Amino acid sequence: MSSLLGLTAHQLQGLLEKKELSCAELVKAHLAKIEESDGEIKAFTRVTREAALEQAQAMDAQRSRGEGLAPLAGIPMALSDNLCTKGIVTTCSSRMLENFRPPYNATVVEKLQEAAAVLLGKCNLDEFGLGDSTESSAFFPTRNPHDLQASAGGACGGAAAAVAAQEVVFALGSDAGGSVRQPAAFCGVIGLKPTYGLVSGYGLIAAGSSLDQVGCFTRDFTDGALVLESICGADVQDSNSVSSPHTDFTKHLVNDVKGLKIGLPKEYIEGVAPKVKTAYEQAVAKLEELGAVCEELSLPHTKYALPCYEIVLAAEASSNLARYDGVRYGLRVEAEDVESMYNKTRGQGFGEEAKKQILFGTYVLSAQQYQDYYLKALKVRTLIKQELEQALEKYDCLLTPTTPTVAFNLAGKGKNHHGRGGVQTHGLTCPASLAGLPAVSFPFGKAQGRPIGLQLIGRAFGEGMLLRVGYTLEQNTDLTQLSPAVKGER
Amino acid sequence: MATAYEAVIGLEVHVELKTNTKIFCSCTTEFGGDPNTHVCPGCLGFPGTLPVMNKKAVEYAVRAGLALNCAINPYSRFDRKNYFYPDLPTAYQISQYFHPICKEGYVEIELGGKKKKIRINRIHLEEDAGKLLHSGSSITSSQYSMADYNRASVPLIEIVSEPDMRSPEEARAYLEKLRAILEYTGVSDVKMEQGSLRCDANISLRLVGSTEFGTKTEIKNMNSFRSLQRALEYEIDRQQDVLEEGGTIIQETRGWDEEKGITSSMRSKEEATDYRYFPDPNLPPIVLDPAWIKTIKASLPELPDARKERLVKECGLSEYDAGIITSSRSLAEFFDRTVVLFNEPKTVANWMMGEYLRLLNAEGLEVSESKVTPEKLAALLKLQADGKISGKMAKVVFEELFNTGKEPETIVKEKGMVQISDTGALEEIVMKVLAANPQSVADYQAGKEKAIGFLVGQVMKETKGQANPGIVNQLLKKKLSE
Repeated sequence: MSSLLGLTAHQLQGLLEKKELSCAELVKAHLAKIEESDGEIKAFTRVTREAALEQAQAMDAQRSRGEGLAPLAGIPMALSDNLCTKGIVTTCSSRMLENFRPPYNATVVEKLQEAAAVLLGKCNLDEFGLGDSTESSAFFPTRNPHDLQASAGGACGGAAAAVAAQEVVFALGSDAGGSVRQPAAFCGVIGLKPTYGLVSGYGLIAAGSSLDQVGCFTRDFTDGALVLESICGADVQDSNSVSSPHTDFTKHLVNDVKGLKIGLPKEYIEGVAPKVKTAYEQAVAKLEELGAVCEELSLPHTKYALPCYEIVLAAEASSNLARYDGVRYGLRVEAEDVESMYNKTRGQGFGEEAKKQILFGTYVLSAQQYQDYYLKALKVRTLIKQELEQALEKYDCLLTPTTPTVAFNLAGKGKNHHGRGGVQTHGLTCPASLAGLPAVSFPFGKAQGRPIGLQLIGRAFGEGMLLRVGYTLEQNTDLTQLSPAVKGER
Repeated sequence: MATAYEAVIGLEVHVELKTNTKIFCSCTTEFGGDPNTHVCPGCLGFPGTLPVMNKKAVEYAVRAGLALNCAINPYSRFDRKNYFYPDLPTAYQISQYFHPICKEGYVEIELGGKKKKIRINRIHLEEDAGKLLHSGSSITSSQYSMADYNRASVPLIEIVSEPDMRSPEEARAYLEKLRAILEYTGVSDVKMEQGSLRCDANISLRLVGSTEFGTKTEIKNMNSFRSLQRALEYEIDRQQDVLEEGGTIIQETRGWDEEKGITSSMRSKEEATDYRYFPDPNLPPIVLDPAWIKTIKASLPELPDARKERLVKECGLSEYDAGIITSSRSLAEFFDRTVVLFNEPKTVANWMMGEYLRLLNAEGLEVSESKVTPEKLAALLKLQADGKISGKMAKVVFEELFNTGKEPETIVKEKGMVQISDTGALEEIVMKVLAANPQSVADYQAGKEKAIGFLVGQVMKETKGQANPGIVNQLLKKKLSE
């Protein structure tokens, strides 16, 4: 049974089709794995065991009646706990929503239900998606399956760890500046952040609305393409969602990069740890060997991306988090009048990181500071976007490290992790978010036993190109498949 | 000697748009449902929900803007106005701060025969908040408060005037004109009692001749045209007293107390909230197609001023009558439709200005709620014109028509009200009256022409009011001169 673990969705789909495997077996195997390892990893805030078993049995019955299987039918998956699930508590890893049961599903949840994937549970994240280590979760930090001393990254560290620990086959999370890509890099899995608007954000509990994008964690690029095909598409409930003509992603899974032009922005290598740099150079050499043309280029505005991102994120988050006031749902701490009820509810409901972001965001939006901070950040954002788009007119995609270092250590119980500074490890991932461009992080070897992640950034709606380059690397090197993930047969 | 001050007044008017559904979700906007029955996760601000623009609200805002002579911005956008209050589900109101949908319009008012343009600075689209019901007198002094979110996210336009008004009368005239124009466009019910038309006023005083503005106060809680005028009159007196005593006006928000007839301080500028406006990332900008704007412009009805001019020029109505009849679209349409059926505009106008408006006001009814139709009024006027009933009878019939909605013909029959125009029948009664009143006959013949009025009255009395007074008059004169 354990040989099932570590297989990809497309491999499992084959076994299910040939009736060599039942959904129930598959789901049970993964539930057993969660039982075995999640006590240590702590990827999940909630495991939906009963519902998962029920669904698996229903699908086996459906299959025995000869009914066709949906693309992700029976595949065990997890959702970051900031994606609303109807009737299932959705906490955002906050005391504020500890008992919040949404009366609706996020659009991506509806889509995965249509694709018949099986939800095994909800995953831990930094509170309201604000952080880079899951240490700001109100419940617990998630450990890195490759090294329990290390952070799984954040914000969506739980979802990344669940895939890396083989507890599920794939997972969804959200990425506002690197919250899918950075934990994917830390945990040695693939983390794909699509173009802003390609996937509906309805039902995703907002952190920074102009940045937030639902993305996926998978074990290989083929699964990335499959999941993306299932969740993308315009949604009448999300005005920012768009319909793209290029959504046949599996078609782009071609083992060929000959003649492709890949840009290497030099600003992304500055200050990067030597072993990460070595891995990066190895990847460049491999791509050149396979016929791609790699060229160094300069993106001078890159250094402003992180402060710009921090301002935009905090500003939007301060406003998005204002609705948690104890009046309609979620936590309410009773007090003698409405003002003190607000203060107590928000004082006790939010953790330190969320409060810090609210304070900072409120400051940059205040009438006196708006011009100097928020408005300036919007202008810088436009410059960064233009710079990246211009570069991508010349190059098919850009290759960069995902993070400057491998996963850092967890601060340890009772120790303050805030000194590390919020979202600093999103410095190389946030430019694509500011520009709304697609980007994907993929594993490329390890350093000190911890995975190294590299990033491809593409043109708007150019996910296909990223999948093609990633798939080609995957087919021509072993470095993209990391233990404990077992490499499946191809 | 008292110093001469001049008031400077500007109004901020909120108007609820009459769309079927709310501005960012598909809940109904219907007025008066049970609390929290017209709500969904979206307008309750649940996490993860997103606003989706109601196109009809944009169309109505453009329609209002065009009717108020505004320029329509081809590019407008939504911003968040951030503040905490339990009636505001997301703790921010989606509004338009940086790029409103309409700008630079005006409304023409007329007072004492003088016309004046009141400029409009901007019109922006926004969402309404819910309603709170306190167990005590205010949110801070209450044991508990109940929140009803049926109204949350109902579309509003806010119409901001320039500080162009110089008296409470001008302010009232402006608001009445605004109400009339918006009623004509059909974008709102514009009912102050139901809150679909709400008004705040900014007012300051300055010395006559000065070009600088004084410190202003903002007045809230005025629920009728009359209270707007009263509140401003009060506030002018109050500010004048402060200034004349050498004091300074404090910039603050003041509430109007209808019962006490005073304004009192609600909060000062120092306590004012910093709303931290910023573009709402959830809503793409509104980019309008000029062709669409043209279509909306072409669909605008004849507006009050044009209509008034037509009634004066083509129907020969007085400025005053035409002004009243065109003050609401329903009244003006009633007039036009009646005139089509009974082509004596002045008579129609007299009836509307007299009996009809008197009864409508007495019952507190709108034209649309009344049982009188143009067809029925025209039928009544025809009966009178044909001499079948007298003017006095017509008034009785109208009252019955107003109350029951019966056909005038039926009412006349039921009441046995047919007018006696038969000369032969009347002659007999005339002779009888003349015989019974020799003194009056003598008076008339001695040159007291007024005496004939008494004689007419006697004939009417004899016939229980059914005699045709015109014919009675003729007959009397004829007999008296014989």
